[in-house]
Amino acid sequence: MRSVLVAIGVAGLLTVGAAAAWADDYVLTIKDHRFTPADIKVPANQRVAITVINEDATPEEFESNSMKVEKVIAGKSKGVVRIGPLKPGRYPFIGEYNEATAKGVVIAE
Amino acid sequence: MLGALIIVFREVIEAGLIVGIVMAATRGVIGRSRWITIGIGGGVLGASIVAMFAGAISDAFQGAGQELFNASVLGVAVIMLMWHNAWMARHGREIADEMRRVGAAVSEGAKPLTALAIVVGLAVLREGSEVVLFLYGIMASGTSGAALVVGGFLGIAAGAAFTALTYFGLLAIPNRHIFSVTSWLIALLAAGMAAQAMQFLNSAGLVVALDRPLWDTSWLLSEKSIFGRLLHTLIGYTDRPTEMQLIVYIATLVGMFLLMRVARYSPRERVPAAAE
Repeated sequence: MRSVLVAIGVAGLLTVGAAAAWADDYVLTIKDHRFTPADIKVPANQRVAITVINEDATPEEFESNSMKVEKVIAGKSKGVVRIGPLKPGRYPFIGEYNEATAKGVVIAE
Repeated sequence: MLGALIIVFREVIEAGLIVGIVMAATRGVIGRSRWITIGIGGGVLGASIVAMFAGAISDAFQGAGQELFNASVLGVAVIMLMWHNAWMARHGREIADEMRRVGAAVSEGAKPLTALAIVVGLAVLREGSEVVLFLYGIMASGTSGAALVVGGFLGIAAGAAFTALTYFGLLAIPNRHIFSVTSWLIALLAAGMAAQAMQFLNSAGLVVALDRPLWDTSWLLSEKSIFGRLLHTLIGYTDRPTEMQLIVYIATLVGMFLLMRVARYSPRERVPAAAE
């Protein structure tokens, strides 16, 4: 039982080296529970990394069903969201903890 | 207040469904309340710790820490569910016989209880950390006040009520069939978790092969609606599954049934009393 857990941990650590190669040219900022910019253009059919900077003191969950992303960004911190490849189109996202104000769209073209 | 209630409720029901199924699957086993309580308690504690270190977890592994953490949690849960089902395939009939004979609790289930307690703990940990973060956000921002916090806690209560509903619903199944039904439910639960883990590995940038969506049924049933979430937990419903997710889903189901088959036809089955 313990050896299984250790094996999983080791496998996880070994494979993690491959995760590095992502260009993050895209930045979203959360402030006062709003995203800036609210819409962000990305190339279609490519993998894209978006850095989400949370300037609020409270945590936020970046969530998009259409892009299959769920990621908690702690207060005063940042996180990288990896999406795509997306077909051309509009992909809405929200900040789940403040859905009323935290809204935006990724436009793939 | 209603908004907070709904946000918390929809996180809690996913864990609640799993707890309800686990409780039904361990029906009649001595000591199961203790193990399930330990699982829930450990999960809540873990959720608070994870929420506290959310920033650090997120930053780990070039910003892919959170995804890897979620994928690992799901992976461990899948292994525990497989272990449980294999064990039940071997001993389930004895337990059901015993239950019929003495009409009361039996003690043979000691072994899979640890596995299922871990599953319960991990489910509570995963969904709970989001609830903790959400409630913390409300309290920290201060402006929105007590009504939201009350809403949040009502959401937790509603989730607990939902767990009870799941459990008592499953109890309606006759003793004779309960273990085969819960084995099926657990197999589907595990397959869904494995497929979800794949998506986290994809988001982490680790497994990017075969990641085109196969179909899109979000127009029919959104994965984020309450019913969609229930199906998501129960059978792994995803409105835009990738090829890799479908492969992993089927592979987990096949693996589970092969394992149960092997466990069932072991020659040791002939000596029931001597089994671990």
